[in-house]
Amino acid sequence: MVENKTTEDQGGEDALFRGTAGGGDLALKDLTSVQGTPNRVLPAFVLGEELADLADRDPRIVVLTADLASANRTRDFKLRHPDRFFDFGIAEKNMITAAAGMAAAGQIPFAATFAAFSAILAAEQIRTDCAYPRMPVRVVGTHSGMSMGFYGTSHHALEDLAMMRTVADLTVVCATDANHLRAVLRASLDRPGAMYIRLSRGRDPEVYPTVPADFRFGHAATLHDGRDLTIITTGSMVRPCLDAALALAATGVAARVIDMATLKPLDEDVIHRALAETGAVLTVEEHNVTGGLGSAVAEVLVELPRKPFRRHGVQDAFVMVGPPAALYAHYRLDATGIAAVARELLGS
Amino acid sequence: MSTPTKAAGRNVSPEYLADRAKFVRLETLRLARIAGAGHYSSTFSAAELFVSLYYAHLRYNPAEPASPDRDRFILSKGHAAIGLYPILADVGFFDPRALDDYTRLGSPFGDHPDMKRIPGIDFSSGSLGHGLSIGLGMALAGRVQGRNYRVYCMMGDGELAEGQIWEAAMAAGHFRVQGLVGIIDRNQLCIDGPTEEVMAVEPLEYRFTSFGWDVRRIDGHDTAEILDALDGLKPAGHGRPQMIIADTVKGRGVARMELSLDWHVGNLVGQDYDDAVAEIQAGLQPRPREVVRHG
Repeated sequence: MVENKTTEDQGGEDALFRGTAGGGDLALKDLTSVQGTPNRVLPAFVLGEELADLADRDPRIVVLTADLASANRTRDFKLRHPDRFFDFGIAEKNMITAAAGMAAAGQIPFAATFAAFSAILAAEQIRTDCAYPRMPVRVVGTHSGMSMGFYGTSHHALEDLAMMRTVADLTVVCATDANHLRAVLRASLDRPGAMYIRLSRGRDPEVYPTVPADFRFGHAATLHDGRDLTIITTGSMVRPCLDAALALAATGVAARVIDMATLKPLDEDVIHRALAETGAVLTVEEHNVTGGLGSAVAEVLVELPRKPFRRHGVQDAFVMVGPPAALYAHYRLDATGIAAVARELLGS
Repeated sequence: MSTPTKAAGRNVSPEYLADRAKFVRLETLRLARIAGAGHYSSTFSAAELFVSLYYAHLRYNPAEPASPDRDRFILSKGHAAIGLYPILADVGFFDPRALDDYTRLGSPFGDHPDMKRIPGIDFSSGSLGHGLSIGLGMALAGRVQGRNYRVYCMMGDGELAEGQIWEAAMAAGHFRVQGLVGIIDRNQLCIDGPTEEVMAVEPLEYRFTSFGWDVRRIDGHDTAEILDALDGLKPAGHGRPQMIIADTVKGRGVARMELSLDWHVGNLVGQDYDDAVAEIQAGLQPRPREVVRHG
């Protein structure tokens, strides 16, 4: 396990700016302490390890990356299955389309790179070569949202869910933490068609203490119950939403928290129940509020009787640079900020 | 799993291939008339390449279009599919009558090919610049699986301006992908003019050689030369991807279309249609290879 540091540690910044390829581990280490838990032991980044375990039993699995084998830990796969690992260098479009070619010949390719350089840079390749011919390509977009902090907008992905969600026949899913990612990867093997799997930093605070055995695409998980409002969230925001729910509970507000891991297909039933059984609906996402989870939920709610509703996320802006924890606090995407937004929505 | 058979246990004399190339051009006229528009000239430049591949070279079995050991053909210049569909029907992938509704509402056959709806199409295409990456992935999968199929990818010359082509070319050289064969239909024109004026692609041999490819340049309308190049492809194991640059004439076979910028997409009707049919039936005539300018 790597030693932990806070992103405010300026000594770490130097290492971070040396690059993410060669010094990927350093970069991850420094980008990972968010959510106000600087001294916790970092959770493992299990992407490569879990895929290697699955590949022990499934010869269809191949893993591709674009010069980020360290940052996304696909190097753990490379060590165990070198003949089924392909580093395409900094050529993401070629990687995604070649993955489609591999899939057409019977493989299940997992193509991993930063979300900014997969879903956004190679959006057309995902649509045209993966989704349209229904190739079982799994595009893994890591370091999504603004988790790249002061790397800035070029490395942020606050539009990826919106872009991917409009593509027909594409499954869009966000992994919540390490155990949840394991469940997503395992379930992905039997799902037809292409898939976009969105990860945050990959070493995210724990939500699921064990691998959720009941994970299914298109079925949301209710992680905390309450009647005053429902917080519908996904991926990196699940942990702070749960923490916000605990803070709200302390002041007498009972919040239901739903992990809407799959944005497409969307679990509409859970939204219907939230509307019927709770007083308000709040969506929380590490994404632009245009086009992502909030929009997806709004598309369902607009055809139903009205209750207070608010989309919380990045309000259609390019975000500032800064350490991730500072960004989450500034944009009110930490537990404190989310709880405050919930109170505003309830008028309390 | 059955072993794919060599496509042509049939007659592959130069006369037969010339006849099949006429068939491709005539069917292109017929189908374009059904649709009301078609990519004539990009298809005519590739006619001899198409028929050499499908009647004399590729290993496939129309009764088992998904055979894992078959050779694959990726039409990266998907807009020439109008000339490929008739061949796929003719060799037995589907009933030729299915083409009678070409491009009509609900037809499997659009201007660009759909692998999910058309037996024999090995990958959907249409967005230029993608095909070589598809072929690269298929060839790498063949390596993972220990299969010895080849993947042939036909590109247009205009699409070589797409950056992804060079990503794939670089990766194929790097990975030493022996099962990948590129074919460039070097028909000299893209939509806005000669490639060398719009976005120069030459010197092609030098460029691909420097990316790690074995390169051969041929006359893309001479079926004997095409077959010699295909038969001369090095066997699996030599460790380099191979590129065939086929010098062709956009619109070849109908004089008014040859190297003309006016016929990338068109619609022949009436006497013009009949004249074109007669011209195609007469076979390829010697032409000066010089770009014809209009407008």
